Amino acid sequence: MPAALADRSAWELRAQYRSGETSPTEVLRAVLKRAAAVESQLHAYLFLDREAALREAVRWDALAGRPDAPALAGVPVALKDNLCTRGWPTTAGSRILDGFRPPYDATVVTRLRQAGAIILGKTNCDEFAMGSSTENSAFGPTRNPWDLDRVPGGSSGGSAAAVAAGEAALALGSDTGGSIREPAAFCGVVGLKPTYGRVSRYGLIAFASSLDQIGPIARDVRDAALLLQVIAGRDPADSTSADVAVPPYTERLSGSIQGLRVGIVREFFAEGIEPAVAAAVRAALDVLRGLGATCEDVSLPHAPYALPAYYLIAPAEASSNLARYAGVQYGHRAAAGDLYTLYARTRREGFGAEVKRRIMLGTYALSAGYYDAFYLRAQRVRTLVRKDFEDAFARFDVLVGPVTPTPAFRLGEKVDDPIQMYLSDIYTVPVNLAGVPGVSVPCGFVRGLPVGLQIIGRPFEEGVILNAAYAFEQATAFHTARPAIAAGSGGTAAGGRA
Amino acid sequence: MIDDRTVAHVARLSRLDLTDEERTLFRTQLGSILESFQTLNALDVSGVPAAAQALGAANVLREDVPAPSLTREEALANAPAAENGYFVVPPVIETE
Repeated sequence: MPAALADRSAWELRAQYRSGETSPTEVLRAVLKRAAAVESQLHAYLFLDREAALREAVRWDALAGRPDAPALAGVPVALKDNLCTRGWPTTAGSRILDGFRPPYDATVVTRLRQAGAIILGKTNCDEFAMGSSTENSAFGPTRNPWDLDRVPGGSSGGSAAAVAAGEAALALGSDTGGSIREPAAFCGVVGLKPTYGRVSRYGLIAFASSLDQIGPIARDVRDAALLLQVIAGRDPADSTSADVAVPPYTERLSGSIQGLRVGIVREFFAEGIEPAVAAAVRAALDVLRGLGATCEDVSLPHAPYALPAYYLIAPAEASSNLARYAGVQYGHRAAAGDLYTLYARTRREGFGAEVKRRIMLGTYALSAGYYDAFYLRAQRVRTLVRKDFEDAFARFDVLVGPVTPTPAFRLGEKVDDPIQMYLSDIYTVPVNLAGVPGVSVPCGFVRGLPVGLQIIGRPFEEGVILNAAYAFEQATAFHTARPAIAAGSGGTAAGGRA
Repeated sequence: MIDDRTVAHVARLSRLDLTDEERTLFRTQLGSILESFQTLNALDVSGVPAAAQALGAANVLREDVPAPSLTREEALANAPAAENGYFVVPPVIETE
């Protein structure tokens, strides 16, 4: 039985637009119907423009089926709310940007529009992408479609939940320390953090500029490849975007990993991982072996130091990047008679607790007397972490491990304990520090909650990790499971045009 | 490691007007966070260069030619206070 319209992948939709089996408007209506049915429970979106989306869909009805239609013609896509959208509210989950409507589109948004995507709206996230649960959004948390008492992960929790629940075919997230891969793992979808520089950050509201990357969230690997294809590549507006050719990712999905050398990261199975999660990931490794890959243990000896290094470097960069929120150029402004009070009171009123905590931590790490002991030391450790990856990639084509030590945790469980919350990122931050690409692909369930397999690659070898993920996906059925909340709305399973 | 004076100093550098509750909370939390980061001191990093970025791009240049950019109206459109094409802020220099 074919999937309901709202649950079909972008590549299926493309084929079905061509065959005339369905149309962008019909699909969009199914997706909007699904959103109407589940949003009161999930709160994946902060802003949804039904009218604009319907206008776009109608425009693509006549064109999306043509052989020369662009890559995402008529495909409904959601955007994390830290991506600037011209004329649409963009808050990054913060009170301080309430009412802000950017005068320009982020480069990825421009590319999506050019590729024919129907942009539905903006998804919820932790404030300025700082968090691992989406509970730090100033506008209330998003809930996990698999269990409404649990978090969807973060910070791109709205994007992952929307894709998992069929409220969008695809979504963009951003990943500074795991913010795409962790919610993808928690929500049972595919999430890719590209190589640093693979995707332009122009128009991404900056959190930690040396770590931030925009990437795709999708229901299967082929869709993630399709979306990456559209957003990747050099952009003159971002000097850190790399001048490296973008290969045809979808064409690289052969599904064959015969002879692939897979390194199993020993440090990612250390103390702290839930045994059932480790077991699910180990079972996934058996699948890779069965497909002809050779799997051996490898050590990233400095990986245990990546978490503290990350939580000094990222807040330090954030403390500088967030200086711009001062009540002058945009956003919230407090009443004050002098400039210092204007800044300090605006920021007191506009920022939430985690953002303040990180600004304080970062400012401390950069301040006179502490700079060498904290910030500089963390940067040196970053070099060691990166070197570990280089050494490992001399022997292995990809590295694998879990995405997170546990499946999705309960709302409220970690929100008062920053250190526990930060530990959710323990297997994802090393990848950001090293700047290499990593993908989360569904690899099992623990107590009914999805578990993610993390596959990490060499710089600019997204094609290799996507193909490994694709091979795994072809051999398993985890990605076909949909949360119960997605059933019973959003188009008939039989599909077909009325 | 983190006392009230440090919290007050860092809050001032950060331009954050904290409540009493936040001051107390952050003193405790920043203290325990930094305490847990002491593991970094176990590493010998002498002679290890600092990495400010991931992949080592350097000297990315472009032609210095004008290109379309935001109009003044667009740039000011989100300002909480603007006047005669400028952002408005409270007095910066005190007068007698």
